[in-house]
Amino acid sequence: MADQFSKAAPAIELSGISKNFGPVQANKDIDLVVEKGTIHGIIGENGAGKSTLMSILYGFYQADSGTIKIDGNAIKIPDSQAAIAAGIGMVHQHFMLVKNFSVLENVILGAEGGAILNQGIALAKAELQRLEEDYALDVDIDALIEDLPVGLQQRVEILKALFRGADILILDEPTGVLTPAEADHLFRIFEQLRDQGKTIVLITHKLREIMAITDDVSVMRQGQMVATRKTSETNVEELAKLMVGRSVLLRVDKDEAIPKEEKLTVKNLTVKDDRGVVMVDNVSFGVRAGEIVGIAGVAGNGQSELMEAISGIVTPESGSIHLDGKLIDEYGSADPGALRKRGMAHVPEDRHHVGLVLPFSERENAILGYQGDDAYTSGMFLKMDAIEADARAKIEQYDIRPPVTSLKASNFSGGNQQKIVLSREMERDPVVLLIGQPTRGVDVGAIEFIHKRIIEMRDAGKAVLLVSVELDEIRSLADRTLVMFAGKIVGERGPGASEGELGLLMAGIEDGEEKHE
Amino acid sequence: MKNELPKWADYILLPLINLTVAFIVAGMVVMLVGENPFEAAYILVRGAFGYGGGIAYTMYYATNFIFTGLSVAVAFHCGLFNIGSEGQAIIGALGVALAALTLDNLMPWWIVFPLAIIGSALFGAAWAFIPAWLQAKRGSHIVITTIMFNFIASSIMVYALVELLKPAGSMAPQTRTFEQAGQIPKLDWLFELFGSSLQGAPLNLSFFLALIMAFLVWVLIWRTRFGYELRTTGTNPTAAVYAGIPPVKTIVITMLISGGLAGMMALNPVMGDQARIELDFTAGAGFVGIAVALMGRSHPLGIILAAILFGMLYQGGAELSFDMPNISRDMIIAIQGLVILFAGALENLFRPSLIRLFSRFSRDSDNTLAEAA
Repeated sequence: MADQFSKAAPAIELSGISKNFGPVQANKDIDLVVEKGTIHGIIGENGAGKSTLMSILYGFYQADSGTIKIDGNAIKIPDSQAAIAAGIGMVHQHFMLVKNFSVLENVILGAEGGAILNQGIALAKAELQRLEEDYALDVDIDALIEDLPVGLQQRVEILKALFRGADILILDEPTGVLTPAEADHLFRIFEQLRDQGKTIVLITHKLREIMAITDDVSVMRQGQMVATRKTSETNVEELAKLMVGRSVLLRVDKDEAIPKEEKLTVKNLTVKDDRGVVMVDNVSFGVRAGEIVGIAGVAGNGQSELMEAISGIVTPESGSIHLDGKLIDEYGSADPGALRKRGMAHVPEDRHHVGLVLPFSERENAILGYQGDDAYTSGMFLKMDAIEADARAKIEQYDIRPPVTSLKASNFSGGNQQKIVLSREMERDPVVLLIGQPTRGVDVGAIEFIHKRIIEMRDAGKAVLLVSVELDEIRSLADRTLVMFAGKIVGERGPGASEGELGLLMAGIEDGEEKHE
Repeated sequence: MKNELPKWADYILLPLINLTVAFIVAGMVVMLVGENPFEAAYILVRGAFGYGGGIAYTMYYATNFIFTGLSVAVAFHCGLFNIGSEGQAIIGALGVALAALTLDNLMPWWIVFPLAIIGSALFGAAWAFIPAWLQAKRGSHIVITTIMFNFIASSIMVYALVELLKPAGSMAPQTRTFEQAGQIPKLDWLFELFGSSLQGAPLNLSFFLALIMAFLVWVLIWRTRFGYELRTTGTNPTAAVYAGIPPVKTIVITMLISGGLAGMMALNPVMGDQARIELDFTAGAGFVGIAVALMGRSHPLGIILAAILFGMLYQGGAELSFDMPNISRDMIIAIQGLVILFAGALENLFRPSLIRLFSRFSRDSDNTLAEAA
C-alpha cells in the first residue's frame, strides 16, 4: 500500500504557517508534510502550538501567513465547512456531541440532507452501517450519546468525520480519556483506516502512543516545528529531548514511603449520583500520613464520585469519613469550605469546570476556595496586596508561565493552569491532599514537575489520595494502589504491581478467577 | 486570547460604534418624516447639554438609570438576569412614602432622607427576595418570575394609591404632597457655582447618592469577599460549589442588593421631584436599566456614562419633539428604542468583525510587546 501512495502528492503540505494571538506567537513559520495513507504524529508540550496548527488546518483560525496544500492543491480554509469539503475531518479533545441525541442524529447533524429528515436518515443509516463494518467501529447507532462510555463517544466523533467523507482525520489527544484497552482498540481502528488509504494526524503528548502507532512524527516546541522523524528511526528519549529542549526524567525518583498514622479513613461509603444510580458502592479504605494511595480504574467507575464525596462536594448516601481522626459530620449538608479549613485540599480532576474560574485572573484563581482565609480577607474586604504578593510567590515557586498575575486563567496552557491549581492546594499545608488526574492534558516538562511535587508532599507527611486513569502515573507514584471497578474496590496492590495485573483488575476480572475467559 | 478585544476597544470603541449605527438608523427615521437629521441631532444635543436646565434634566434622568443600571449589573455578575428592577423600584417607592408621609411633619429632611433611603432599599430588596428564593431553592427561572413580579408590583401600587394612600376627597390616584422635610434638596448651588441655574429642573441630592452607590458597587464586586463569591457563582457555578460558596445564600443576597438598588431609584422622582407618589413615576427606568447595564458592560463607570447617554436621549428627545412637531413623542421613543436595540440587544453585532480587525492589525505592536517582555 505504501508504494501505491508514495508517488502521489502529500495529503497535507503546510509551508510557512504563522499565527499570533495578541502577544503570543502560537505558530512560527511552520512547514509540515504529511504523506497520504500514513499515520503522522504531532507531539509537543502543551502550549507548543499543536492545537493551533490543527485549528488552522480545520478552518477555526486563519493563519497570518503561509500556504496550505491538500493533495497538492493550494487551498484556503476560511471555515470548517471548507475543511470538510476538502476532505478533512477533526475529532476534538472535548467531544462536540449533543448528549441527548442518538448516535445517528449526532452523525447527521449539519448534514441532514434536506428539511424532511426521513430520507436523509434512511441514507445515513445505510452509509453508517457500511462505515461501521469497514472500520470495525462497532457502535449502536440508535443509542443515546449520554448512555455511551467515553470510548464509544469518541468513535461516534470518528464516524461523524468519516460520514462527511473525510480522507484526512485529525485527532486531538484522542486517548486522554481512554483506558489502555480502549486506546488499543482505537489504534486498531487507526490501522484499518490507514490501510484503506485514509491519512491520520494524531496530536498527542504521549510518547508511548507515538512509538506504538505512528509512521512519522513531527515535534513542536514553542510554536516552532523542531524536527520530523520516521518513527522507526527515533526513540522515546530523543523525542522527549526534542519536545522539552533538554533531557527529561521519565521515571520518578522516590524513596520508600514511611507511612505514619491514618489521616483519612473511609468506611462503607456509598454515593449515588443525581439519577439515584449507585456510583460508589460500600467502599472502605484508609490513607496514612506520608503515603500516596493511588486509585486506578477506567474512567467512570466511581472514582470521580468518590473524590467528590470525600471533598464534600456531594453528600454520600451512607457510610462515614474521618479526617485526621475526627468524623466529618458536615456531610449532613456537604460543605467543601468547612472541610478545606480542616485541612482537606483538593485538586479536582476537571480544572476547567471545577478547579478554576477561567475568565478570572490568575491571582483570583489562586485564592479560589480560600477566599475567606485570613491571609486573603480582612473583614469583608479582600486584601488585594496580599493576594497579589501570594500569587507572585506561587508563580515563582511553581514556574507558572507567563508570569502575569492579571492574565485570565483561560489564557494559560493546560500545564500552567494545573500548576495554578496545584500551587493553591499544596501551599496551604493540608492534612489530606486529594488529587484527581493531576497530569491530564499536561505536557511532559510539567508532568515531571508535578510528579516531583506530589512526592514532596508525601515526604512532608501529607496523606495523598491520587486518582488517575493513567496507569503509568499510578504505578510510578503510588505506594499502594486500589483498583475501582463498577463502584467497588476490587483489589489492592503494592508498588510493584505489573501493568497487566492492574489492567485485569481494572477490567473487572478479579484475582485470577475469570482469567481463563 | 482568541476572542478578546483590548480593554479600551471593548469599553469605549464598541459602544461608540453601536451608538453611531443606532444614530444613523435613527437619522433615517427622521429623514423619513421629512426632517433634517443633522438639525434634529443638533437640537437633541443642545436640548440635553446646551443650557443649565437641560443639563440638570439630563442628570436627573441619568440618576434614575444609574440606580436601575447598577441593580441589573449586580445581578448580572452573579449570572442572574434581573428584569424586575422596574417592579422593585415601584415597591421601593412605598418605602420612601412610609418614611416621608409619617415623618415629614416631625423631623428635618436630613433625618427623613436617610430613613427614606433605608426604606426604599428594604422595600426593593424585599420585592426581589421572593423571585431570588424561588430561583435558588426551586429553580424557578428568575427572568420569568421577575417579569411577573413587575405586573404584580404595578397592580399593588395602583391598589395602594387608590385605596390606601390617596387623601380623602382627592380624585387623583396619588399620595398627598410631602412637606418640605419630605423632599430631597435640589442642587441649585451646584449650578450656581458655574454661574448657571437649574431653571426648574428637578435635579437633586440623590444624583450624588447614585454616584456613591456606583462606587460602593464597584467596591462590592471587585474588592470584597462577597463580590468575589458572587462573581464566581455567576461565572462558574460548579467551581463555586467546589470553593465552598453556598449558591442559595449567594443568589439570595445578590438579589437583595440588586433589589435594594432598584428600590432606591424611587427616591429620585418621588422625593426629589414630584414630592408624592404618582402612577407610573418610574417611566420605564427599570427597563432602561437593562440597556444601561449592557451598554456599560456591567461596570459602574460604564453604567454612569451609559446612564448619562440615556438621560440625554430622554431630555434632548423631549426638546426635539417640542421643536420639530413632525417628530412626535412616539418617534422619540422609537429612537430611544433603536439605541437600546443596538447598544443593548445587539451589543455583540460588531464584536466578531472588530476582533478580526484587531487580530489583523495588532501584530506589529504585539511583537514589540513580546520583545519587551
